Amino acid sequence: MSATLLVVDDETAIRRLLAASLARVGYKAIEAGDARGALAALAIDKPALVLLDLGLPDRDGLELIPLLKAGGAAVLVISARDATEQKVAALDLGADDYVTKPFDSEEVLARIRTALRHRLAAATEAPLVEIGDVAIDLAARLVRKGGAEVHLTPKEYDLLAQLASHPGKVLTHAHLLRQVWGPGHEHDIEYLRVAARGIRKKVEDDPSRPLILRNEPGVGYRLVPREIPQADRSSREK
Amino acid sequence: MSEDTRADPEALLRVAAREGRGRLKVYLGAAPGVGKTYKMLGDAATLRDDGADVVIGIVETHSRNETEAKAQGFTVIPRKEVAWQGGVLGEMDIDAILARHPALVLVDELAHTNAPGSRHDKRWQDVEEILAAGIDVWSTLNIQHLESLNDVVASFTKVRVRETLPDRLLDEAEIEIVDLPPDELIERLRHGKVYIPEEATRALGHFFSKSNLSALRELTLRRAAQTVDAQMLDYLRAHALAGSWAAGERLVVAVSELPGADGLVRATKRLADALRAPWTAVHIETPRSARLGPTDNARLAANLSLAAQLGAQVASVPGESAREGLKRFITDVRATQVILGKSTRSWWFELRHGSVVDRLVRETPGVAVHVLPLAEAPAPTDSPPRRPGRWGPPLGHAVSLALVAAVTLAGISVSAFGTVTNIALLYLLPVLFAATRYGLATGLVAGLASSLAYNFFFIPPTYTLTIQDPQNIISVLVLIGVAVVASSLAARVREQAMMAQHSARQNAALAGFARLLTAVRSNGELGQLLCAEVVRLFDARAVFLTLQGDTLALLAANPPEDSLQTLEHAAARWAFDHNLPAGRGSDTLTASEWLFHPIAAGGKVRAVVGLARPEAPAPLRPDQLPMLLSLFDQAGMALERIALEADMAVVTRLEERDRLRSALLASVSHDLRTPLTTIVATLAAMAPASDEQAVQLADARAEAERLQRFFANLLDIARIEAGSLRQATEPVDIADAVASAVHDLRRALAGRPIRLDVSPELPFVLVDPQLFHHCLINLIENAAKYGNPDSPITIAAHRGWQGLTLHVIDEGPGLPPGEETRVFDNFTRIAGSDRTGGTGLGLAIVRGFAEAMGLAVSAANRSDASGADFALHFDEAHLKRSAA
Repeated sequence: MSATLLVVDDETAIRRLLAASLARVGYKAIEAGDARGALAALAIDKPALVLLDLGLPDRDGLELIPLLKAGGAAVLVISARDATEQKVAALDLGADDYVTKPFDSEEVLARIRTALRHRLAAATEAPLVEIGDVAIDLAARLVRKGGAEVHLTPKEYDLLAQLASHPGKVLTHAHLLRQVWGPGHEHDIEYLRVAARGIRKKVEDDPSRPLILRNEPGVGYRLVPREIPQADRSSREK
Repeated sequence: MSEDTRADPEALLRVAAREGRGRLKVYLGAAPGVGKTYKMLGDAATLRDDGADVVIGIVETHSRNETEAKAQGFTVIPRKEVAWQGGVLGEMDIDAILARHPALVLVDELAHTNAPGSRHDKRWQDVEEILAAGIDVWSTLNIQHLESLNDVVASFTKVRVRETLPDRLLDEAEIEIVDLPPDELIERLRHGKVYIPEEATRALGHFFSKSNLSALRELTLRRAAQTVDAQMLDYLRAHALAGSWAAGERLVVAVSELPGADGLVRATKRLADALRAPWTAVHIETPRSARLGPTDNARLAANLSLAAQLGAQVASVPGESAREGLKRFITDVRATQVILGKSTRSWWFELRHGSVVDRLVRETPGVAVHVLPLAEAPAPTDSPPRRPGRWGPPLGHAVSLALVAAVTLAGISVSAFGTVTNIALLYLLPVLFAATRYGLATGLVAGLASSLAYNFFFIPPTYTLTIQDPQNIISVLVLIGVAVVASSLAARVREQAMMAQHSARQNAALAGFARLLTAVRSNGELGQLLCAEVVRLFDARAVFLTLQGDTLALLAANPPEDSLQTLEHAAARWAFDHNLPAGRGSDTLTASEWLFHPIAAGGKVRAVVGLARPEAPAPLRPDQLPMLLSLFDQAGMALERIALEADMAVVTRLEERDRLRSALLASVSHDLRTPLTTIVATLAAMAPASDEQAVQLADARAEAERLQRFFANLLDIARIEAGSLRQATEPVDIADAVASAVHDLRRALAGRPIRLDVSPELPFVLVDPQLFHHCLINLIENAAKYGNPDSPITIAAHRGWQGLTLHVIDEGPGLPPGEETRVFDNFTRIAGSDRTGGTGLGLAIVRGFAEAMGLAVSAANRSDASGADFALHFDEAHLKRSAA
């Protein structure tokens, strides 16, 4: 796999480091030190994914996100800003994921893989999402666990389907509430908590150690494809 | 129904006002000699023997042996000697009592009048101050001293006591009746066991008749029962217990300057008490009352302040006539009963003006009107003040006579050309002019002159004053009638215009003052302005004092004044501390030449203004008070605004400092984080050439990571201490949060067994998810660090009796005894635990974050095994039961 990735960061050391790790696993990495360079690279090299730092010298990284998305790239934000509002803002602007500095290279690589796959999945509109023994059939509106049908309430299903159509991506509370409960319910986080509890009870092996539906404190939920735990295992074996 | 059982706020206030104050107990007797002092001393001795701090403030034993024996063994506060007319009087030393601050002080004779020059005129005022200081007071009282019963008692005993006590004191007191049957009292009297002052012996001989004593005794018992009832009702209302009381009655008594109006006020007080209804004493300011003389004015003020003392609200409202003003006031306050005095006016007056009572009854349906005779003998009133030009100015007479002559000349010249029938109409001109321009007298003179001239020159037989035709008599009468009507109409218009002008002047003065106030920026400036205004409007000297540090300082004076006398300063201080007027013309420290008024705003006394008018009898006339108070209201608001602006300036400075600190934090966090990230990531990416290098790299990386953690923790602590934690509270599922924390720590925990005991049915907690996440991370890391290697960590959440508790429990050495609370302090590390490489900040962060969210943290050792148990407590306010 030789996808082209763009690393945007004003710190040369970080940029070089990230580029080196990416090259090591076979990606083609290009670098940009500011927003202008990033937009130029977007037009010329058509990267599949951008690793974006928010603190750029010429422009706020948040402003770049919609432009990069419009250019067809997946966006993974890597920033020292760890305030919840920053994460939510980036995700709501269309970023696929968010990693805070200091980061773990393995974690970043795993997130890149998920985001790239999600980009492909979004292109093909895969109607069936499988995570372990759980299968979500978006076309038939059916959920199976170990072959047996799982009975979800309509809201639980809608929530799971939302997450399943963006596997691995964090969807913010406000986004989920708007999509599932409708506009005007963006702040009724309690609904979300109740539905998430219901889904876990029916789908997870151990609802108190969820492997499928994961909470990002203060930000949102994500459906974890099987790959991340596998990546963790492989990194530990190295 | 629910309306009725809601707590009555006023009753709650009354109950609350009693909290924190000392309590008053009154030994109430029907007459001197029933043994009040004796009983009080006996009760107090019991309390003293039980160890209570009881002192005697003042007790008159009147050299009676039994009483003196009872007074033995008490601490007695020495009396203060007050020089009076060559002799020395021993008065109660209130300052000594306040300084000594006992639990209970005994004060005999509540209705006593203090020697002139004392702080308060009356002893009950001393007692109020002692009560306000939180000291309990026991006192004694004879029923005839009670204000509202004063005339009732006087009516049958024929003895009027001068020393009276406001009823409200008794209303708030616990009453102990000291009762003695009349026969026994007379027996005691006969044996000389009752002290009677020499000069009163004769009067009291009549006083102590059996029928009088029986009546007094009945009055005492009834009054006591009434007080107990009222207190019970307050309790019931404050606690919203259903009970039956007359609802919605509101009494209004019309108070005038007439002698006997005080009896009206007392009668209303009794009626209001019986109905348990609030009552208001109102004075209607009519054009007539603006012309009252000093004696009448003083009596009016006395009547109104009597009403205030008896617990009435007092109001003074303007009106064209007493009836109009009263009618409007009754409607405004939704009174249900009105009490009026019926003056003994002549039938002639009523025929002309109509009876106020009759019209009031007609015009205010649904309101009961009580009419009481104003019984007392007429006291001296000021002779009606002479209106300028009552008999008309000489100039006016001259002008009107000239006009009459002119009209006559005109008439003669016109009639030379033929007969003019309605020449009388011409004479209306001078009459109307004189009546409206110069008043009734001149109008009458013009009318008379006109009719004479008309008669003489035009009515046949001409040039005589005889009238043959009766029609012409009518003409003369009409001319006089026109003069009367026109002059009274004009006079009324003039009076209304005068009143309007007067209030317009006042409003203009206030508006001008308010405009000036908006530009004021400091207390000193405001003081200067206010003093100048007082001087201008009230023709008095003025000083302005505010608190500087602990003392009242003179900030402004007009005319300039450097300092105040000690007595003046004491009065100012008293006014400031008690939010009541003090000094000359008030109830307190009347020896002071100045009258001090507090200025309060926003529930706080902010300044004191003193007024003095050395040449006048009082610094302020009663009718000037409302104007002065409006002035003070505005000044109070300005003072509050100035204080707020000062506070704002401080807040702004603090905010500026916080903003700088946040900016610094943000830049430090970014500048440190970036290089550390690079170092850690580079070390991780390096491929070691040998096993030795692999160990070195691993060590370097571990140390770099430790540095990273340390900086992160330092930043968190800095944020906690800067108070700059921003929070976004939302419902959080504890199971969710624990799972996230455990997930984030999966590498640090490295396969450590985690036991979860978190029911998925727990209510959601209301916290900031990010801060809570960090709390959990730090608690779990701490357990991993200090627990035995590879021992399990238990995370349990339980719904408790009050709220919910989350425990993080390890298996290990636990906490050293006595260190349980210290572990949350910054940089506290358990002795001998250096190997763990912690920063000593983790638990301090937990506490900082938890407290910022309103949660409580605690640490303890496990009771079932060795190990520590850290807990986060969520009270009920932090829980949200799921809707589903």
